[in-house]
Amino acid sequence: MSHKIAVQVDDLTVAYNYKPVLWDIDLEIPEGVLMAIVGPNGAGKSTLIKSILGILKPIAGSVSIYGKSYEKQRSLVAYVPQKGSVDWDFPTTALDVVLMGTYGSLGWIKRPKQKQKKAALEALEKVGMLPFKNRQISQLSGGQQQRIFLARALVQDASIYFMDEPFQGVDATTEIAIINILKELRKAGKTVIVVHHDLQTVPEYFDWVTFLNVKKIATGPVKDIFNDDNLTKTYGINYKVSIQE
Amino acid sequence: MTIQEYFSLVFSDYTLRTITLGTTILGAVTGMLGSFAVLRKQSLLGDAISHAALPGIAIAFLITGAKDSNTLLLGALVSGLIGTFWIRGIITKTHLKSDTALGLILSLFFGFGMLLLTFIQKQPNANQAGLDKYLFGQAATLVESDVWMMVIVTGICLFVLLLFWKEFKILLFDKDYAKTLGFNTKTIDILITSFIVLAIVLGLQTVGVVLMSAMLLAPAAAARQWTNSLATMVFLAAIFGAFSGVFGTAISASQNNLSTGPVIVLVAAVFVFISFVFSPSRGLLFKQIRFIKNRRDLQLHKTLSFMYDIAITHDNISHPHEIKILNNFQGYTKGTLKKLVEKNYVTLDGSTWSLTNEGFESALNLYNQLTKNDE
Repeated sequence: MSHKIAVQVDDLTVAYNYKPVLWDIDLEIPEGVLMAIVGPNGAGKSTLIKSILGILKPIAGSVSIYGKSYEKQRSLVAYVPQKGSVDWDFPTTALDVVLMGTYGSLGWIKRPKQKQKKAALEALEKVGMLPFKNRQISQLSGGQQQRIFLARALVQDASIYFMDEPFQGVDATTEIAIINILKELRKAGKTVIVVHHDLQTVPEYFDWVTFLNVKKIATGPVKDIFNDDNLTKTYGINYKVSIQE
Repeated sequence: MTIQEYFSLVFSDYTLRTITLGTTILGAVTGMLGSFAVLRKQSLLGDAISHAALPGIAIAFLITGAKDSNTLLLGALVSGLIGTFWIRGIITKTHLKSDTALGLILSLFFGFGMLLLTFIQKQPNANQAGLDKYLFGQAATLVESDVWMMVIVTGICLFVLLLFWKEFKILLFDKDYAKTLGFNTKTIDILITSFIVLAIVLGLQTVGVVLMSAMLLAPAAAARQWTNSLATMVFLAAIFGAFSGVFGTAISASQNNLSTGPVIVLVAAVFVFISFVFSPSRGLLFKQIRFIKNRRDLQLHKTLSFMYDIAITHDNISHPHEIKILNNFQGYTKGTLKKLVEKNYVTLDGSTWSLTNEGFESALNLYNQLTKNDE
């Protein structure tokens, strides 16, 4: 693994009102890892991603993507928001949602053309949703909607992927399909950062992990730091699960 | 005047033509922009904005003393915009929910507007009469310059809509994502909201403060029922709005004393009603029909597969069985049994039934399908 740093976070502090949601986070994410961010509810996992992506404004601290600000490196980054963050009854089709992934490279006013459409269809193919391209998005199952979101990020053809709970509320088939795509991305040298809830699957799916609970508890290779000690520190209870065997 | 007379006069009579053109264009532009309000779940924003415009009308009159509609609507625009940005401010800066913010601004501005209106009416000035027409609107006061104003605003609206279509769409669907792609969502947001305010202000003279929000919502809500594409929805909403304008004006002109604004709104409501009931994919009627049909099919399948389970325990699949044993089973009705006989899946003989070869085959297929799906 190379030692290049894909994402660097320094002294990041974020608060919605008075109570800080993230406190003084320092984080270095090396290039080419498949990283899980784990922590209890309200630990600030989504907030961390949103702050890195500039959706939320931090009170203090800075973020850099390959050494430059996010604004300058936008084209290198793709984002998969939580599925529940949008209204799936919106009048549009699966293909149309995936096409939105090309809007960033198109910029203002310009419309997607044949080239963008081709890329969108390829992304749909990759997530196994090509037969559903003209389906109204409300008529897709939860797992299919998640795949559409993933395809939209794939179209961005980025170097770093941020995903907010891509496994939430999906069926087993979709979970396997998604993890296979994530592993493929890593194989292609991309960096993938995933907010994850299911601790059992961390060692199987990921090679890097960050424990978060308002403060950063630990970050590093799964095989070195995914242990009862860090789990207990993060979740506040005596965590006794021998996950690694 | 009858409706027929109206339609024969509408092209020749100047006043009638002006009013009809005005209400049609207004319906189209509010329907178009209303789609955005509905999809952003800001249906009530229109109501708040139109009420917030009232004090602006009164203040514009107090300052200029003129009753020229463009001046008054400029006042309405300013106070409508102030109201809108206060609502946004309250929602983002306090813990209050958006319905509270909307209700607060709506009643506050409307109350202040009414206060100013009564104050104006007490003034010893012969010029003040008629400001209250902005409460419920009066299409009869539309003149050619008003219509030109609407044409210009609609044209600009359409142009901007087409130009920033992609940006509007992504903002409506997924604002945070749009932000990560580098779009200035605040600018797009303000652009949409400003156009909604503009359309509302434009309609105040015709439909009035109180009913204006219906012009925004009704055509859009009706259009949503018929399509799953944003472009078609916006287009349909414009058409529904325009037709509400034409028919509303026609009905009110042919029934001498009916005021135009409320009639237009009622016509729009008819569009909504028809759409809610008769739309093929989302309408209540077809939904109910599909629901009943599905239930029947399932009942049929359940009964058939139950019969199959019994039949395969015998050497002869057509071995007769008592109808009574079906009673243990909830999906069974006399109706389903009759249907099965009609389909030639089952034969009845007095109080016994037996499965036919055809019935056995089709139950077997059903059975295979179900087990396949389980895997």
